[in-house]
Amino acid sequence: MVDKVFDSPSTALADLVEDGITVAVGGFGLCGIPEQLITALRDSGVRDLVAVSNNAGVDDWGLGLLLQTRQIRKMVSSYVGENAEFERQFMAGELEVEFNPQGTLAERMRAGGAGIPAFFTKTGVGTLVAEGKETRDFDGEIYVMERGIRADLALVKAWKADPSGNLVFRRTARNFNPMVAACGKHTVVEVEELVDIGQLDPDGIHTPGIYVDRIVVTTSEKRIEQRTVRPD
Amino acid sequence: MPLDRNGITRRAARELQDGFYVNLGIGMPTLVANHVPEGMTVWLQSENGLLGMGPFPTDAEVDADMINAGKQTVTGVPGHSFFSSAESFGMIRGGHVDLAILGAMEISQGGDIANWMIPGKMVKGMGGAMDLVAGVRRVIVTMEHCNKRGDPKIIPACTLPLTGLECIDMIITDLCVMEMDRDRRRFRVIEIAPNVTRDEIAERTTAEILFADKLRTIDA
Repeated sequence: MVDKVFDSPSTALADLVEDGITVAVGGFGLCGIPEQLITALRDSGVRDLVAVSNNAGVDDWGLGLLLQTRQIRKMVSSYVGENAEFERQFMAGELEVEFNPQGTLAERMRAGGAGIPAFFTKTGVGTLVAEGKETRDFDGEIYVMERGIRADLALVKAWKADPSGNLVFRRTARNFNPMVAACGKHTVVEVEELVDIGQLDPDGIHTPGIYVDRIVVTTSEKRIEQRTVRPD
Repeated sequence: MPLDRNGITRRAARELQDGFYVNLGIGMPTLVANHVPEGMTVWLQSENGLLGMGPFPTDAEVDADMINAGKQTVTGVPGHSFFSSAESFGMIRGGHVDLAILGAMEISQGGDIANWMIPGKMVKGMGGAMDLVAGVRRVIVTMEHCNKRGDPKIIPACTLPLTGLECIDMIITDLCVMEMDRDRRRFRVIEIAPNVTRDEIAERTTAEILFADKLRTIDA
């Protein structure tokens, strides 16, 4: 069997990074981000990246790390309000940004991974998002055409994996990760736990191993953005 | 007397029905969850991939993998489920979510909404707002009737970049409740806050609006 398991984030990424590539990254806020792969991507010194990710991390964690070092040329995101450095670079015209509605972004990656080059949605019709895009009338309603996304490299965070690349995500850390995994020409996953083959319930696998090229086991910090609690 | 945030969201909660699937926007709309009537089951959808959102966790229950769309730690109620962002927005875009309650910066008289961007000032992205207003069956806005400078927010046409076209069904403000009349394409004031007059509403609204023949007092 092809060995998909690598011993560190940096070795897993080593021959896959190149200046100017498009990298899709899973996560919502800081939840379910492939944090150790992102840090390894920064350390690789790669430049001019196009990053496709719902958010941009915070100033000192997640994709915010690569913004600090100016390794990202363009971001495709739905919401970046948690990142002051992002806002500064964007307002100063130093960073190119393409805002996508969150559902459109998820569907663009899903479509890209599923071999669908474009689709029509009513999200964004009549707004800035639809400017310059083809629209069409279906059953009396206007829809805008959005393109599928294929990424050169996909970085994913999962909870458990087996050596064949079958993945299980945990709670709301699933978010964009399954679509990111599917849209990558090369998909690298960091997991909390690697189990033996046959140990995952086949009915409970969220992402089948066909989408996964490389796996690395990491210890995640799993930072919390807004710790909100109720009294005991 | 104008309603406070509690009053506005208590009134909004009266639009809930047993068994509804509901998405609550960040900020004031989240307070609607505090006013779900006793004995009613409402499934809260959080667009990051959770259906059946519960209250904040106790200190011992906090889990970094369990957050809502506002990135706050949360819990799930019995029967909650998790899914991907594509599935989540499939529910939203596909019209499976009964009701969305959102905030707004501007609303036009025809029901357009602007709530995601102030050019040159606030440019953070639309998140899921455009999908929600386009896809959810019924969209209610809860907001202050005027902005912090006292300028009307319900205006003839939005001046800010739009979030969606002709998609708002109801507006609940500190002053009144307005419902969209689909035939006339204008909002109609149907309820009014205690001791607020029809003239005050007309004064603070530049949009062309209609008034119901009999204005009820908001029971909030």
